[in-house]
Amino acid sequence: MAARTNGERSPARYDVRLVQVKPAKGRYRENLAESSEIFAQIAAEPSLPDLIVFPEAAMTGYFLEGAVYDLAQPAQVFADDLVRAWRSGAGEREVELCCGFYENDAGTYYNSAIYLRVGRSDHEIVHVHRKMFLPTYGMFDEERFLSRGRRLQTFETRLGRIAILICEDVWHAIMPTIAAIKGARAIIVPSAAPGRGIEGESELTSITHWREILRSSATEHGIFVLYAGLTGFEGGKGMTGSSCIIDPRGVVTVQAPEIGECVVSGTVDLREADLARASLPLLGDLGAVLPDLLLDDELPLPKGRQ
Amino acid sequence: MLAVVCATNDALLQPPRINPEVATRWLEAFLRDELIDRRGIHRAVIGLSGGVDSAVTAYLCARALGAENVHAIRMPYKSSSAASLADAQLVIDALGIHARTIEITGAVDGYLQFEPDADARRRGNVMARTRMVVLFDQSAKLDALPIGTGNKTERLLGYFTWHADDTPPVNPLGDLFKSQVWALARYLGVPSELIDKAPSADLEADQTDEGDLGITYARADAILAQLLLGYADEQLVERGFDEDDVKLVRGRVDSTHWKRHLPTTAMLTNTAINEFYLRPVDY
Repeated sequence: MAARTNGERSPARYDVRLVQVKPAKGRYRENLAESSEIFAQIAAEPSLPDLIVFPEAAMTGYFLEGAVYDLAQPAQVFADDLVRAWRSGAGEREVELCCGFYENDAGTYYNSAIYLRVGRSDHEIVHVHRKMFLPTYGMFDEERFLSRGRRLQTFETRLGRIAILICEDVWHAIMPTIAAIKGARAIIVPSAAPGRGIEGESELTSITHWREILRSSATEHGIFVLYAGLTGFEGGKGMTGSSCIIDPRGVVTVQAPEIGECVVSGTVDLREADLARASLPLLGDLGAVLPDLLLDDELPLPKGRQ
Repeated sequence: MLAVVCATNDALLQPPRINPEVATRWLEAFLRDELIDRRGIHRAVIGLSGGVDSAVTAYLCARALGAENVHAIRMPYKSSSAASLADAQLVIDALGIHARTIEITGAVDGYLQFEPDADARRRGNVMARTRMVVLFDQSAKLDALPIGTGNKTERLLGYFTWHADDTPPVNPLGDLFKSQVWALARYLGVPSELIDKAPSADLEADQTDEGDLGITYARADAILAQLLLGYADEQLVERGFDEDDVKLVRGRVDSTHWKRHLPTTAMLTNTAINEFYLRPVDY
């Protein structure tokens, strides 16, 4: 449970569960029911976590092609469905939930992740992040079916300021950079990462590459990274799981195996972020230099936005 | 005098590497997911030829599903090598999987008696397609799924019979080059007799894959690995590959794209299947 520091609204330390799942393809209701059982398992622990994070497209599976239009939900409908699953499994208890889903916003479709505050008898949508970098190459075809999110926002939560970056969003170093500059102390990364590369030492090379990117984001900005990955195969493409928590010094404090469903349990202590930033003040340095970088006339920025 | 550290192209000229432990772990999970979790099928049927591809497939299936759930079918034609049958038996004995031998001579000759002038290519295709008739029927009988054994090299070079070797709905080896299949075979403990012999489709006496193809698998795999990354032929030659080898491999790949696709369907509406109506295979 969250440990609060004197006089602070947000806790300095909070407990997290990352739920690594293998959804049944396209069976939205069935996967919600499965989530309810997972919630019951988590609620049966001696101490309830503060935050539970699911991967990208966790209630439908990732590769949907045209079926995305059958399964995408308005954010409020998805929020209500997920909270119903929570109440069914855990009862009238407080928690914060983050989960990836395909969003139908009045006929415009997004690959989104929702962040919910769940009270004893009410709930609210704190934030919906719409994936900005839609992979559309090789096996990926997101932009054929989906629209891009247009804004990277951080948002205040009971657990401090957070940003969500979905899968490829975090591969672009500028994304965690902007999130950190905008005040995020933790980045949640719901993901569906098809594995490849069989010449690695002890794991698929794509898993190693992912971890390097996440560790780099955490270390450069002194932030926590909470990565929740899908697992299981979708049409021959195996999702690499490996859900993990990385602390602001780049240490992987816990990591799930690449294969198999599981719940990853860990802690975020925001005081670690303060210490990491004190010993490696790269974020502070960037804040000082960023205006010069962005005012560079050679950057391809739209005129009038500088 | 400072030492000079030079970059070399040596690794590029070698067949692509594989960590067989990682690949095995991943392929076992793939087979369990595809058969048990997705389809609720617990048994596999494999056409066991006596070659290394089907042997590796049998080993992977035995690890993923249990030997008791793997059914090997040997399907010799009258001209098939006796050594192939014996090599397949080594796999059956080593794994303790179910095995049955179903001679296809009667079925194949039942048709070919009307086509006495059929050349070796046509006869080979009839045999390959007859074997698939048997495999699918045995799968229906055993409530099992036929498992494909084709590797990436033969798929890219078009060295297979369309709608025969490529028909099983699940294939664990299709993204592995032949050189990687050999490495996997060594890791899995496939008998050395199968690994060390010259690969052969065994459709004619003394036939070998490398003789048919005109290039060794090692050289073909090294070229294919670079070719797939997008390098042009002249770049491959610059990197040290033989020009004739590059031309041969490129020619085979470019002339067989059709073999790696489903049949071409005339599109007449804006609801054409797989053009507009798009659903994933596991939906």
